[in-house]
Amino acid sequence: MVSEEEIKHIAKLSRLDFSESQLEKFQKEFSAILEYVETLEKADVEGVEPMSHSVKISNIFSDDNFNQQGTRINDNKKLLEAAPESKGDYLKSKSVF
Amino acid sequence: MEPDKLSIQQLHQELVDKKISAVELAKFFLDKIKKEDGDIRSFITITEDLALKQARMADEIIAKEKEELPLLGGIPCAIKDNILIDGIKCTSASKILENYTAPYDATVVKKLKDQGAVILGKTNMDEFAMGSSTENSAFFVTKNPRDTSRVPGGSSGGSAAATAAGFCKFALGSDTGGSIRQPASFCGVVGLKPTYGAVSRYGAMAFASSLDQIGPFARNSEDCRIVFDAIKGRDPLDSTSLDASESQEEFDLKNLKIGVPKEYFVAGMDKDVEKTIKDAIEKYEEMGAKIVEVSLPHTEYALPCYYIIATAEASANLARYDGIKYGSSEVNNPEVKDLLEVYIKSREKYFGSEVKRRIMLGTYVLSSGYYDAYYKRAQKVRTLIKNDFEKALSQADILLTPVSPTLPFKIGEKMDDPLSMYLSDIYTISINLAGVGALSLPAGWVDLPSGRLPVGMQLIAKPFEEKKMFQAAAAFEKIN
Repeated sequence: MVSEEEIKHIAKLSRLDFSESQLEKFQKEFSAILEYVETLEKADVEGVEPMSHSVKISNIFSDDNFNQQGTRINDNKKLLEAAPESKGDYLKSKSVF
Repeated sequence: MEPDKLSIQQLHQELVDKKISAVELAKFFLDKIKKEDGDIRSFITITEDLALKQARMADEIIAKEKEELPLLGGIPCAIKDNILIDGIKCTSASKILENYTAPYDATVVKKLKDQGAVILGKTNMDEFAMGSSTENSAFFVTKNPRDTSRVPGGSSGGSAAATAAGFCKFALGSDTGGSIRQPASFCGVVGLKPTYGAVSRYGAMAFASSLDQIGPFARNSEDCRIVFDAIKGRDPLDSTSLDASESQEEFDLKNLKIGVPKEYFVAGMDKDVEKTIKDAIEKYEEMGAKIVEVSLPHTEYALPCYYIIATAEASANLARYDGIKYGSSEVNNPEVKDLLEVYIKSREKYFGSEVKRRIMLGTYVLSSGYYDAYYKRAQKVRTLIKNDFEKALSQADILLTPVSPTLPFKIGEKMDDPLSMYLSDIYTISINLAGVGALSLPAGWVDLPSGRLPVGMQLIAKPFEEKKMFQAAAAFEKIN
């Protein structure tokens, strides 16, 4: 069983929060899932290379042109409008400290 | 004429012959949705204005006579709500994006629009594509049109249900671990998870970037192939997409070698599902195909491997929902004091429990002290799984397996047990890890006292050999 402390620590890293009442249920479910994924311990991976991607492609580069490649967004206003708070051409956030 | 019963090719001919206009066709489907989707609830948003605009465009091309109407011109379709359409709400069935409007078109949407396809609306799904029943939608549950007491599967349950109910000619979904194939199986339609890289992911909301692929749903394999041909190909906006030199060779079914993985026929499978799949294998044999037993020895590790890799990637991908850049936010909550609290309070309030569970698991397996034991080990096991498929597909042209170990389950049946929900993806998950393509198509029906339920089979081919799967599927459809 993963401890309550540990769940709280992972929640903090995840930028999530659980109320005390949710915590117990979550702790149980989380522990069961973790126990299940631990079956991977049995797999023999001696000498096996890890893979992160299934297709063998190497780096693909785009020309360094502003607004030419890499996006289909042609109007920054749309992006600013999507923000909960903005000021002028900037996103607005609360203070960090 | 019943437009919901015709194939894309037939409907295209009706349009070209001016037996029906694209606007009339769009209205027929919009009407059908209005009348019948109240029970099924496959759509989150209906895009009537966009549909009629596209339909008028198709009608203009038809009127010109000189210009050729593209195959999907005027054909009504639906798009999963995690794929962006410029100016239309895109929610991923999450409260955190409840009021988010997409600022541009996904590449697949642009390709459909360019052909003049008629987009009717955005379909329901499990929140951020995390789930196997569409019950994790933050808004409402979609019902299976074949039996409304049952789930349509997930996560692309809305797209599958809309296709099965005849609300559209085809639909797009996304598949990270079975999210197209399992709902296609549950709803009795055809669904393709293309080879990784075959279709651009630009404009699809990322869940697990090394596994996600967009793919089509349709009522038959020919329609499904037409849509796949329309959306595939390298896109400069997605550096993981590529133009594959697809093999063009025609094959004779008599020369086809079908591999059946022995590890996929073990205890735990529903007896009716097992019988239907075995009957389908026999039918292929009767048609002249050669059946060989193959082995995928690391099958038992696929699910735990997936739930480490997919959640790890998801925990990073979903960090973007922070209450600052877009989406729902607690920034104006008077109790929220600083930036960190904006993040935490927004995510706590607007993410659903399955999404939180997966972000937590992904964060855990990537965290210092656990990375090697979980994430790195899973990446190595992924190599073993990929090697399994390479070997099996060197011994056979295609593999044939079940899609799901069970029939469509009842709404609510698995909601309190996340682990048993995860197990419903046991036959589909390895395909995403290996990166190969797989097609789900109806294998047969099971008669229950409550009615008939579909059972899907999965055809798997080497990377970029979609054509082979479509041909094998078409041969099966012909004799059924």
